Amino acid sequence: MTESVHSEAQPPAKTDVFGFLARFAPLIFLIVLMTAFAIGEPRFLTPLNLFNILRQVSIYGLLAVGMTFVILTAGIDLSIGSLVAFAGLVAAAVSKGGVSNRFTVGAGQEAASYGWYLAALAAIGVGLAGGFLQGFAITRLKVPPFVVTLGGMSAFRGGALLFAAGGPISGFEPNFVWMGQGRVLGEVPVPVVIFVAFAVLAHVVLRYTRYGRQIYAVGGNPEAARLSGLNVRAVITSVYVIMGFFAGLGAFVLAARLNSAEAVAGTGYELTVIASVVIGGTSLFGGVGTIFGTVIGTILIGVLLNGLVLMNVSAYVQQIIIGIIIVLAVAFDTFAKSRRRVG
Amino acid sequence: MEPLLRMSLISKRFPGVQALDDASLEVLPGEIHALLGENGAGKSTLIKILSGAQQPDSGTIEFGGQSVTFVSPHDAQRRGIVTIYQEFTLTPNMTIAENVFIGREPGLGVFVDWRKMASETRAITKRLGLELQPMSIVRGLSVAEQQMVEIARALSMKSRLIVMDEPTSALSSAEVEKLFRIIRELKAHGLSIIFVTHRLEEVMQICDRYTVLRDGRLVGSGAIANTTIDGIIRLMVGRQVNALFAHREKTPAGDVVLAVEGLNRRGNAQDQNASVLADVGFEVHRGEILGVAGLVGAGRTEMARAVFGADPFDSGRVFVDGRQVRIRSPQDAIRHGIGLVPEDRKQQALFLALAVRVNLSMASHQRIMRWGVFMDETAERAMVEEFRKRLNIRMASPEQLIASLSGGNQQKVTLARWLALRPKVLIVDEPTRGIDIVAKVEVHNLLFEMARSGIAVVAISSELPEVLAISDRIITMREGRISGEIKGENATEEVLMSMMTLSAKAA
Repeated sequence: MTESVHSEAQPPAKTDVFGFLARFAPLIFLIVLMTAFAIGEPRFLTPLNLFNILRQVSIYGLLAVGMTFVILTAGIDLSIGSLVAFAGLVAAAVSKGGVSNRFTVGAGQEAASYGWYLAALAAIGVGLAGGFLQGFAITRLKVPPFVVTLGGMSAFRGGALLFAAGGPISGFEPNFVWMGQGRVLGEVPVPVVIFVAFAVLAHVVLRYTRYGRQIYAVGGNPEAARLSGLNVRAVITSVYVIMGFFAGLGAFVLAARLNSAEAVAGTGYELTVIASVVIGGTSLFGGVGTIFGTVIGTILIGVLLNGLVLMNVSAYVQQIIIGIIIVLAVAFDTFAKSRRRVG
Repeated sequence: MEPLLRMSLISKRFPGVQALDDASLEVLPGEIHALLGENGAGKSTLIKILSGAQQPDSGTIEFGGQSVTFVSPHDAQRRGIVTIYQEFTLTPNMTIAENVFIGREPGLGVFVDWRKMASETRAITKRLGLELQPMSIVRGLSVAEQQMVEIARALSMKSRLIVMDEPTSALSSAEVEKLFRIIRELKAHGLSIIFVTHRLEEVMQICDRYTVLRDGRLVGSGAIANTTIDGIIRLMVGRQVNALFAHREKTPAGDVVLAVEGLNRRGNAQDQNASVLADVGFEVHRGEILGVAGLVGAGRTEMARAVFGADPFDSGRVFVDGRQVRIRSPQDAIRHGIGLVPEDRKQQALFLALAVRVNLSMASHQRIMRWGVFMDETAERAMVEEFRKRLNIRMASPEQLIASLSGGNQQKVTLARWLALRPKVLIVDEPTRGIDIVAKVEVHNLLFEMARSGIAVVAISSELPEVLAISDRIITMREGRISGEIKGENATEEVLMSMMTLSAKAA
């Protein structure tokens, strides 16, 4: 073999300032934001408020974890808000032992109702089925994810409205409600525990398993993934199933926290969740992103909304801010992508 | 003679890389000038600066005797410098005429004078000796024809200097001849051409003068008539490369590993009834390198993709080790020990946003797993280290993004991805496209080593010298059929060319 002749520019070995910033930008932004709110509003930094923020973001967080899988494959899921409503209603109905029992079986009347775990399984089952249907349409019918899940957004909402024709289903047995309102270790809200546990699990899956590798590969270059022997269609279908799982789980926790399920629940969640994922550094172009980033992104949005509430900024203005943030985050991502190419 | 273009002491730095370091380039009026250098030598950066796509950190540009600065490609085009990149910039769903005049449509206000646009386009194509209909849609054109549209656009802009970046890399030999005829025509009209290529034979054939860059510096320039290919290679690599296309000692071929019979496929993107593959059949033996030659569009890549399960085929049988196998996806092919290194590295092989380590192991996850679920990264690093040594992959760390490696090293990683799987058959499609000359020799040696270790290698290449240098046996394809077969030692470029272009015959 020919002796090596060094003619190529050696790759940059020293740390790239921009790369460092890009990687930790969400965390830095979060710290800056928290510092600003802490100075401006003394109530902000109390443990109670911080746990409140975490409890508020935990449902968005669960959904954002699922959405990270989807966006890593360069996909998108707009249907999650609707799916959350539908799955929440099904969980509520199961807990009550049927839709027709919604008024006869109330809180505390455990005799005729099923256990919380069956309600949870039902919600997750609905989520999995919804996710699978959409994944199937995307990979087999070859309809773009945006269109499929836009259809799902409408269809699941319709299903939820149909299912709950008589209005909300409220008042569950105490164990069910505890999953949303309870606390463990004195202070920590149960939804936070669920969120953290599943975030850790998702991190392990993405970072350390073969399946995680396949997701990054399929998102980064689907054709190269296929030619490397990966089952691209199965991987893409699976991320929508995973998203469905988290939608079902999120629906259950949401119903438990509100002690109620209704057909208009989850409206607009998709935007907040996608914003959280993108702000956390996951690229809408696919193949780049981490669960850690998503967790930071979720908390960032939660802190922002909480701070705005404490500062009496109207909910309408909050929507405007979320909209602007999502556009800026994508602009930043596009810029980072062009940097990757030049460097 | 006063030079038309004089770029002096141009420097440009990217994060971590000094791409250009006081590089200079002079182009005379009416000459064809070769800009040469290995990958990473700074050619592309120099061209991007010349075309206004990037701005230099320091240095001056004089064009037509005037000092100029280009802040955008539009700026450079207005001055008469047009660059034709490897990836074309045509709009596929528009007509040829629209593409030629895009942004400068003749007419009144918002209305386009279609008749004028068509007639002017026809005038230009006629001048180039082309038979292109101005009103046909670009999408249906071949790569060569699209390139002609790009050239027509450059001419319509009244350009004085046309920069062509690797214009021949996707062309067949016949198309290259046609392109050269047109380039000479342009030269006769007084235009200057900067010709960027890796193919030195072509440089000797068509260029008047050359400039060689190495590590971002000018290392030599002069008249082609006063130099040789070896002389240029010495400048490019900084020393002599012996045995550029070394023949190897032949090993006796073993049993048939892969046999393909009666492969047929009809229909491509443009035409449902086009015969893409017609009754294709061949055998490859253990330890043999089978070269596959043919013009672009002859069905070589399609054949490889069909055998590998990447594209479906209508009929045909594939045998591995004498047993018929059913291949309907790349997964099936891999299970039966067949690998494919695809022709387009960036689009079809690399995960640019992932580390070298992850890219290398992508096809062989089974070998480095724990409990059937988790990746064993220690074993994975060991695997990367093994191949780094064996293939002389030059990288700073296995965690480095593959995008930051040179083309040659990227290709070695792609080859390693398949070697890690220990395939019985490895199909390599254009294994040295776009990589520098040293890496090219290394890839050839690697193919030899693979054959020695018992792998049956099928090597597709558009470069006939390469096919001749590496193959034990060569088959040629023409219009989707196998048009001939010949032993490597009996083949010459002339023989292969006639097998590729004439109707099927036993050679």
